[in-house]
Amino acid sequence: MLNQFMQSRLRGLIVLAVILYTIPAFLSNPFHYDLATQMAIIAATVVGLNLLVGFAGQISLGHAGFFGLGAYFTGIMTGNYGWSAIPALVVGGILVGILAWVVGRPILRLKGHYLSMATLAVGFIIAIVINNESQITGGPDGMPVPPFDVFGWELSPFGSYSLFGIELNGSQAWYLFAAAVLLVAVWLAQNLIDSPIGRALRSVHGSEVAARVVGVNTARYKSLVFVISAIYASVMGGLYAHFQGFITPAVASFDFSIVLITMVVLGGMGSTMGVILGAVVLKLLPQVLTHFQEMEAVMFGLILMLTMIFMPKGLLPTLQMAVSKRLKKRAGGQA
Amino acid sequence: MLKTFMRRAGKFAAIAAAGLVMSASVQAAEPIKIGSFLSVTGPASFLGDPELKTLQMYVDKINEDGGVLGRQLELIHYDDVGNASSARNFASRLIRSDQVDIIVGGSTTGATMAAVPLVEQAKVPFISLAGAVVITTPVKEWVFKTPQTDRMAAERILTDMKDRGFTKIGLISGTGGFGASGRKQTLDVAKDMGIEIVADETYSGSDTDMTAQLTNIRNTDGVQAVLNFGFGQGPAIVTRNYAQLGIKLPFYQSHGVASDSFLKLAGDSAEGLRLPASPLLVPNALPDSDPQKAVVQNYKSEYEARWDSKVSTFGGYAYDGLMLAVKAIEAAGSTDHAAVREALENIKGYVGVTGEFNMSPEDHNGLDADSFRILEVQNGDWKLID
Amino acid sequence: MLSEFLQYLFTGITIGATYALIALGFTLIYNASHVINFAQGEFLMIGGMTTVSLTAMGVPMLLAIILAVLLAGVFGILLQRFAIAPAKQADVVTLIIITIGASIFIRGLAQLVWGKEYHVMPNFSSDEPIRIFGAVLNSQSLWVLGIGAVLVVALVLFFTRTLIGKAILATSMNKEAARLVGIRTQLVLMLAFMVSALLGSIAGVVVAPITFTSYDIGIMLGLKGFVAAAIGGLGSGVGAVVGGLLLGVVEAMTAGYISSDYKDAVAFSMILVVLFFMPRGLFGAKVVERV
Repeated sequence: MLNQFMQSRLRGLIVLAVILYTIPAFLSNPFHYDLATQMAIIAATVVGLNLLVGFAGQISLGHAGFFGLGAYFTGIMTGNYGWSAIPALVVGGILVGILAWVVGRPILRLKGHYLSMATLAVGFIIAIVINNESQITGGPDGMPVPPFDVFGWELSPFGSYSLFGIELNGSQAWYLFAAAVLLVAVWLAQNLIDSPIGRALRSVHGSEVAARVVGVNTARYKSLVFVISAIYASVMGGLYAHFQGFITPAVASFDFSIVLITMVVLGGMGSTMGVILGAVVLKLLPQVLTHFQEMEAVMFGLILMLTMIFMPKGLLPTLQMAVSKRLKKRAGGQA
Repeated sequence: MLKTFMRRAGKFAAIAAAGLVMSASVQAAEPIKIGSFLSVTGPASFLGDPELKTLQMYVDKINEDGGVLGRQLELIHYDDVGNASSARNFASRLIRSDQVDIIVGGSTTGATMAAVPLVEQAKVPFISLAGAVVITTPVKEWVFKTPQTDRMAAERILTDMKDRGFTKIGLISGTGGFGASGRKQTLDVAKDMGIEIVADETYSGSDTDMTAQLTNIRNTDGVQAVLNFGFGQGPAIVTRNYAQLGIKLPFYQSHGVASDSFLKLAGDSAEGLRLPASPLLVPNALPDSDPQKAVVQNYKSEYEARWDSKVSTFGGYAYDGLMLAVKAIEAAGSTDHAAVREALENIKGYVGVTGEFNMSPEDHNGLDADSFRILEVQNGDWKLID
Repeated sequence: MLSEFLQYLFTGITIGATYALIALGFTLIYNASHVINFAQGEFLMIGGMTTVSLTAMGVPMLLAIILAVLLAGVFGILLQRFAIAPAKQADVVTLIIITIGASIFIRGLAQLVWGKEYHVMPNFSSDEPIRIFGAVLNSQSLWVLGIGAVLVVALVLFFTRTLIGKAILATSMNKEAARLVGIRTQLVLMLAFMVSALLGSIAGVVVAPITFTSYDIGIMLGLKGFVAAAIGGLGSGVGAVVGGLLLGVVEAMTAGYISSDYKDAVAFSMILVVLFFMPRGLFGAKVVERV
């Protein structure tokens, strides 16, 4: 029963919404909101990346490049050229989408790990350009980014707001906004999965040759989903920049690309809710591991390895399987 | 769920601990919380590591001597791994979750600048341990720093070059935050001083051979001296390549490599090079009349006795940061943020490891370029040049 | 003019030879398992760091090197046995993440054991550089090139002349068929990890006198090795060697003639150029897809 419930996409979305909006009951200070907001933004990025990994069977080792490009485009346009946030996010997303298309189209005709290499290269080149062009980007020391704004109304983590008569501080307001963004991101992703494109994509993942035989233009679909995942990253990068108020080239780094792909695999490739869990766990882990001091890296590596060895399908799918197995057993016992 | 559990467990532990403390000494006042985020691991660990050791050691020492204002100090520190986003998160945690009274930290300029918007907003006094001039220029109300700026380093080096009659120099710098900012300041200062930069090369932090860049500099017409702005292992490789290529031009490094470990890495190749540094590297060469001599000697011997490793300039930044914080809290008579900030801004004549600090509302660094001494490597050791 | 060119060439070939050895390690494991082993750089680090710490304890250099290389080999076997083999049902991507976890873990251990400082390793022979037509060649470069060449020849012989080598090749071509003819594929996989670890650690030892060594040296060199393997067409031995040398030379030439700011960007765009115009890499094997 639980399984059926989880599979129903709309209900999944509702469950997520309920979780997201009850979390504030457990958050006691702005730092917690801070972290939760970042988790929501990163989770939305990972939901986009998961489309590529889970449904087109391709991995990207340069998604932080797209994230960083979105962050810096928004930062530069709103900070130096007086743009408003929304158009900056949209134009940034379009530019990154075009870049992804240009890179992805020829490479996705090939089968194998080629996209991972190409994205690795693109990610690095983006990071190097951001690092070197210090006149525009502030170079390795980073640059400040103005707060998010819509029609002259500003959302700053330091402001104070009121919503339906409830007083909110900036951190709380940002969290509510980021949670809504995550819901929209998940809703869009699920619509895509259920669309004809999504079905074609799943067939690609199943057997590319079979898909091609029945007339699915696999390369085109794969490129499309790559572009969509890149746009997700770019827009989320922009939001992240506004939220943080300060960005450095680390947002475009290879390290961060690895973190993103790890979130997908750890949480469960192909499972939208799973990758969100992956993002939460990986974002929380460094905060929890601060207690281990020097052992931090060792613990982190060990946890990552062990989880993947014993839960190769990822956290959520493994948990779901365990739960449904137990339910079945119980049902069997009763009958 | 894990988080709430952790928090509950934490609260329980805190209550239990508090109970114990209460029963031990009833009047023990609440400790003064010193927050810190440092790059203890990662590429900038040579900064964060001695900084953390220094903070730990002197917080213990101050507590043994009775604390500050009769209260104990409590050091809460996190490792940002040299990543600016982590630095910002930990700054947020220090301010909002741990509610520290003052922050002494930020090993790199990137980490510091990422935390600045938060600090300014939350109005918490913040003493940064990072070098770039942007941290305190323009002045930010709540932000102070203890190392000399990279601009001062550039001024000091170029002045020494000019004194020796060099007007055309080659520059090679790292593309990391320190090198890039140093390069910019050097180009800027050189223009003001009428020195021409005839060659301008860079290398990235992961480079393992800089022979190509140095060959370019050597083959540039008219170059009279070479300056390397960077930190980490890069400058040591540059130094060795410089010697291998047999370049005979006078060679300068920045304060970024002012540590004994650099000498160990570069070996004989470092012979004859000059750099600006705090007198910490040559404590005994200072004249007895120099007020810094005693401070520097003490810090060096205490650090080396406690940690069994060589003292470095970077740990000295943390020493000064902590002492300035303590002085300010004492002067303010409380940990009230505004009062401490006010007191910090008015510290005059504090003689630290790095130099003599004279803070003012217009200057949140308080040092001048003269606090740098020019050192030369002679026979594998530092020699004070004056 | 000539001296400049030679100087860039020497620099490029030396570092390129190191990249080539690392790339060969990637290639071996990739062929045997389709896993991109992100812990490859850590073998390099184990080689260099163990040698340095053993010599500091008074062990003669040659013995220290042998022990260091053996230790890395053991780590290679352990990695395969305890991290890759238990997860054999897993997706290739999952295995790749496991190697990332392993590299973080090994690096963490190294930092605990050896600390965070950079360490010096003396040249194998003289410190005196060699001068050729005005260009300078570090004597250690000759060691890097010589040992690199010997290893490449040894590998070729291993794969063409020995039964084990042939078994690895067979497994990389077709796992099922290999199993059918009685090759124990798990054992082959273990050997691939071991040989790859040996290669990596030797590279780490010979290059340490030039680059210094530290607990995190594997990150950057490992990555460059992967780039070299990608340029050469992941899965091709010849490609790995040529890709490594090419990457090293292009880096040095770009730094020398064009811009040191963008030399890494040029290196990475080479991957794109190769993928766009020579999709199988310079020497990529022709893959026949099984349906």
